[in-house]
Amino acid sequence: MNLVLDIAVTHVRHRARQSLVAVAGVAIGVGFSIMMAALMEGSQNDFMKVLIDALPHITVSDQRRQAPPQPAEAAFAAAEIHGLTPQVLRRGIKNPLAIMAGLEGWVPGAVAPSVKVQALLRYAGRDIAASISGIDPRREPKVSQLATQMRQGDLKALYTAKDAIILGDRLAEKIGARLGANITVQTTEGARVTAHVVGLFHSGVRAADEGNAYVLIKTAQILAQQTGLVNELRVRAADPLSARRIADRIESETGYKSVSWQEANEDLLSALVIRNILMYTIVGAILLVASFGTYNIISTITHEKTRDIAILKSLGLRQATVRRIFLLESLIIGLLGAVIGWGIGFGLTVLLGSVEFKVSAVTEITRLPLAYSLWHYVLAAVVALLSSLLAGLFPARKAARLHPVDIIRGAT
Amino acid sequence: MSSAADAASSSLIVARDATRILEGVVPVTLVRGINMTVRPREFVAITGPSGSGKSSLLYLLGLLDLPTSGEVLIGGKATAHMDEDERAMIRLATLGFVFQFHFLLPEFSILDNVMLPMRALGQLSLDEIRARAHQLLDALGLSDRAHKLPEQLSGGQRQRVAVARALANDPPVILADEPTGSLDSKSSEQVFQILRDLVDQRGKTVVAVTHDLGLARRMDRRIQLVDGAIATDAANSHLPERSP
Repeated sequence: MNLVLDIAVTHVRHRARQSLVAVAGVAIGVGFSIMMAALMEGSQNDFMKVLIDALPHITVSDQRRQAPPQPAEAAFAAAEIHGLTPQVLRRGIKNPLAIMAGLEGWVPGAVAPSVKVQALLRYAGRDIAASISGIDPRREPKVSQLATQMRQGDLKALYTAKDAIILGDRLAEKIGARLGANITVQTTEGARVTAHVVGLFHSGVRAADEGNAYVLIKTAQILAQQTGLVNELRVRAADPLSARRIADRIESETGYKSVSWQEANEDLLSALVIRNILMYTIVGAILLVASFGTYNIISTITHEKTRDIAILKSLGLRQATVRRIFLLESLIIGLLGAVIGWGIGFGLTVLLGSVEFKVSAVTEITRLPLAYSLWHYVLAAVVALLSSLLAGLFPARKAARLHPVDIIRGAT
Repeated sequence: MSSAADAASSSLIVARDATRILEGVVPVTLVRGINMTVRPREFVAITGPSGSGKSSLLYLLGLLDLPTSGEVLIGGKATAHMDEDERAMIRLATLGFVFQFHFLLPEFSILDNVMLPMRALGQLSLDEIRARAHQLLDALGLSDRAHKLPEQLSGGQRQRVAVARALANDPPVILADEPTGSLDSKSSEQVFQILRDLVDQRGKTVVAVTHDLGLARRMDRRIQLVDGAIATDAANSHLPERSP
């Protein structure tokens, strides 16, 4: 064994109890860091999955980022015109089928049309506002998870009755409607249909389950009082992370406002970034606190070993060699702590994963979502080693600078 | 080349007007104006009353300390402008130290302690180092103690281990600070005889600080310090018998 390593190992081994305490400090720090990272990333992944699954990756609506200029403004190049009645534009996406065909040519994924209408659902004297989406049941499974989220009935049931409707399970619960009930759907413009409940879905997102309902496109067009209306195209990208890029291109090609799931949830995603910063700060703090234990033991060893340091230096060991001995001792403690911490971290994560929880604020899950990532283990170990090294740096420098004569003179 | 330069290059250790002042609120002069030369195969005793600067002089000669003024030459080379690592290298390869208290590493076996300077120098393979360490311990009558810890040995045995460690890298000079100071008379005699043999049989140079006038008289040359300065420096046959 290398001399430096030999001396370092001997020092650590001969202070077994103190070394064990320092190793335990690092190990617990690493273990809890791994568990925490698994929990944070797991919940984030789960949240993202629900977010991505619950909504279309891209929604192309019949709006534009900026309101088009009024004809008078365009004709007279006027800066401002007062007192004119604005031109009322016909709602909906122009030539939706042509746009869909164009998108299907280059978008990696699927496209489906829909008609979105705000309406009031009325049943047994209860009124609830809801967002009604007119969909094509054959295309819908390609752009959303609705088919797999059906708890009762299925999407094809929309064809089985005139003005059939699928409700979110919480929405159905709120108005007290069950499968087979006939509910009244009425818009603010006065359109009204009696819809037959043919299915219930459960997405896991409370807002959707409480406020969304699905009908056939034709029924939605009746509610919007506009034949042939398509006011939304929904795109599901093969790679959800490319949604923003695809949305930008769709918007530049069609002129219609095209919103990716990332843009729609920008606030939430920003919150996740802050959450991650917070997590890594806490993980760093845990390991930094653990490194105080390492500092303590290395300081103690250098203090107890001043005579040995004097001997080594008087024999001719260089300052750098003496410094390396104590830095290596810190690294040994850090390394042992990291390896044991891996075991603790894995054990804690498995233990946490086996405990059942019920969290119903945003999503409903029965077990904590956890992410097992090699990266967590590597990161925790690297931070542990670095903080251990940092903890050993000052005592090691002090040891290396020790003047052997001062010690020898004191001893004799 | 002048005769002084010739003398310096043929001498192992030369001190030229070396003075060491310990800085502090009240500066203390440890040694002052030391001029001396140690030649090959000499067995030199440094004697003097307590506080006369014997050990301080030895530390200067062994490059463990630096003179405040003047200089120390080792093998004809000036050491004043050497950095700490260069001086450490000279200590490792050219000088061997034996202290009053054995100063062995308590957690390492006797064998490991003897191997340590050789491992630090790194010129031999581990097998060669181990073989040489066994050879040294054997020569000092400690072969059966090789795997013991220092605390399991008597004072005399520990000091013999310290001598073995000092000889590990086969340095031409051994510097000993009160090597028999903490030993009983029998062990003192054993250690002294080992040092004597090093000079007579192995051609080493030994500079030893000692309080023991009897031992000092049996060395080749005696340098007597008084108040940090050399009072007498002569071959033993020329010195009158008086207290150290």
